[in-house]
Amino acid sequence: MKQEQRRDLSAILLVLTVLLVLPLLITQSHYLISVLMNCAGVAVIASGVWLTFCIGRINICQAGFALIGGYVSAILIAKAGLSFWLALPLSCLAAALCGAIIGSAILKLKGIYFSMLTICLTEAIRLAFLNGGALTQGAKGITGLPQAFSGDSPLPLYYLGIALLALALGVVWRVHYSRLGGIFRAMRLNEDLAESFGVNVWRYRIMAFAIACGLGGLGGSYFTLFTQSVYPQSFTVEHSIYYMLFCFLGGLEYVSGAMIGAFSLTILFELLQDFQQYQSLIYGVLMIIVMLTLPNGLMALRALSWSLPLRKGAVK
Amino acid sequence: MLQILINGLILGAAYALIALGLTMVFSIMRVVNFAHGQMYMLGGFVMYYLYGQFSFPFWLALLLAGLTLGLIGMAFNRWLFQPVLASSKREESSMLMAVGTALLLENVALSVFGEKQRGVPPLIDGVLILNDGDAYLPYSNLLVALLSIAFIVALLLFVQFTKPGRALRAVAQDKEAALLQGVNVKFITTLGFAIGAGLAGIAGALLVTLYGVNTGVGTNISTKAFIMIMIGGAGVTSGAIVGGFVLGMAEAVGYDLLPSSMTYLLIFVAMIVFLIFKPNGLFGKPWG
Repeated sequence: MKQEQRRDLSAILLVLTVLLVLPLLITQSHYLISVLMNCAGVAVIASGVWLTFCIGRINICQAGFALIGGYVSAILIAKAGLSFWLALPLSCLAAALCGAIIGSAILKLKGIYFSMLTICLTEAIRLAFLNGGALTQGAKGITGLPQAFSGDSPLPLYYLGIALLALALGVVWRVHYSRLGGIFRAMRLNEDLAESFGVNVWRYRIMAFAIACGLGGLGGSYFTLFTQSVYPQSFTVEHSIYYMLFCFLGGLEYVSGAMIGAFSLTILFELLQDFQQYQSLIYGVLMIIVMLTLPNGLMALRALSWSLPLRKGAVK
Repeated sequence: MLQILINGLILGAAYALIALGLTMVFSIMRVVNFAHGQMYMLGGFVMYYLYGQFSFPFWLALLLAGLTLGLIGMAFNRWLFQPVLASSKREESSMLMAVGTALLLENVALSVFGEKQRGVPPLIDGVLILNDGDAYLPYSNLLVALLSIAFIVALLLFVQFTKPGRALRAVAQDKEAALLQGVNVKFITTLGFAIGAGLAGIAGALLVTLYGVNTGVGTNISTKAFIMIMIGGAGVTSGAIVGGFVLGMAEAVGYDLLPSSMTYLLIFVAMIVFLIFKPNGLFGKPWG
């Protein structure tokens, strides 16, 4: 196992272990639990964005697919009366399927064209749900969904979130550190060259995009479960941008990057409650500072090299 | 029918001005200025305060709006974009930087100006009635459209016939070759960014007289500008103008028949289908 990979793994295991043990220590605090659930959901969605960065596409439509996941599970639960154990995987599949269909059309666009189009796509998906008639109930959204787990304790839902996070990280890990990950890297660096070496670029990028959208749908569906509602405004362009920021802050070379970014920023803002109204402003400033000073993300910082003393000059 | 045509043309002229600024920055720096809509919004606010509140003459306020945004653009380019473009290996970096500036501008504006919708009194009163009441054309709309066209023409002439204009085109075509020919690329890039930002400010200042402005309008305008330059082809001047008129017309027709959110849904779908067949837009060159 390479050094970066080891660091990546230790970061993931550390965070997951802390998340598993923490509720035993803070059983009383529903508030803290809900913050962590929020983090876990966001991290699942952001890990999808991270995966599209891997194939060299800047994905600003992740919020749209989270919205698809949220609405599909809400409709399945409220209208079709399914249990959420079925609705959750089905919404993930639905989002992945939408991703594959839309992706097969738009993935041949590159660079800035792709990102401009995905911004428009987020808007289009939101407008589609806004105009969905009786099925999606317009701007009112679908509310009053039944509780996922009976009883007062938030813990079952919390552990579901951790399980989904572990699943998402597992999937991304499996993809990134395998032959598939190598292919994705090759496609990011030079798509034409990869194709000339016999890589079926078209198939692989749709695969990556579908997995990413599926993760978005899964996270969106989880949010629907724990807020028991979904609106067209639940996920907007702004959220898509935040997911990108999480990935960049955490680091694009590490599977744990999306999770690290999501947890550190979300928790930071819970600590700075007084500044909540300036959240977007601070995100904007932070984004600029990160781009200027931390081009490789938090995970690449020397100060974090607890797993192994780094070789001289290994970073930077 | 005539009314729709007129609405479309008026809207198209203003949209073309917006798209032109975005495409200008893109052609020179290969950066999509995500803050374009926010710059438009700031231009609107400059006009609101100078012309609406402090009763400056309209022309002066218009020029000052363009100038202010030009200066902001210059500062952004010098201190934010140039360092990132110089140091980063991934093209994502400059884009995220642009998104960051958009968030920053929007939220600074929100804290300073608040959420309220602002407007200024119309420039001139009166309505032109065409074809015995078939269509109405308020003079103020006509004036805004004519001014937009005047600015577009002025920019085209500047780019075509002056020395800095030629240098702009040279840098857009090939940075290294321009450098070898003795073009001060750094200065020209800054100039290009300033012109792009200034055009956004002027467009905002013009349109505030018709539609008013609020701090949340930026993302909307940016999205529209993206649609326009994707239709026409990013980085191509003629593409931006055509894209502007196409979108203006589509909107005018759509608003006449459908609710506005449905119109935009259809525009998005149409654009995605269009891009499947012409991924570089109408006039765009393929690039990586």
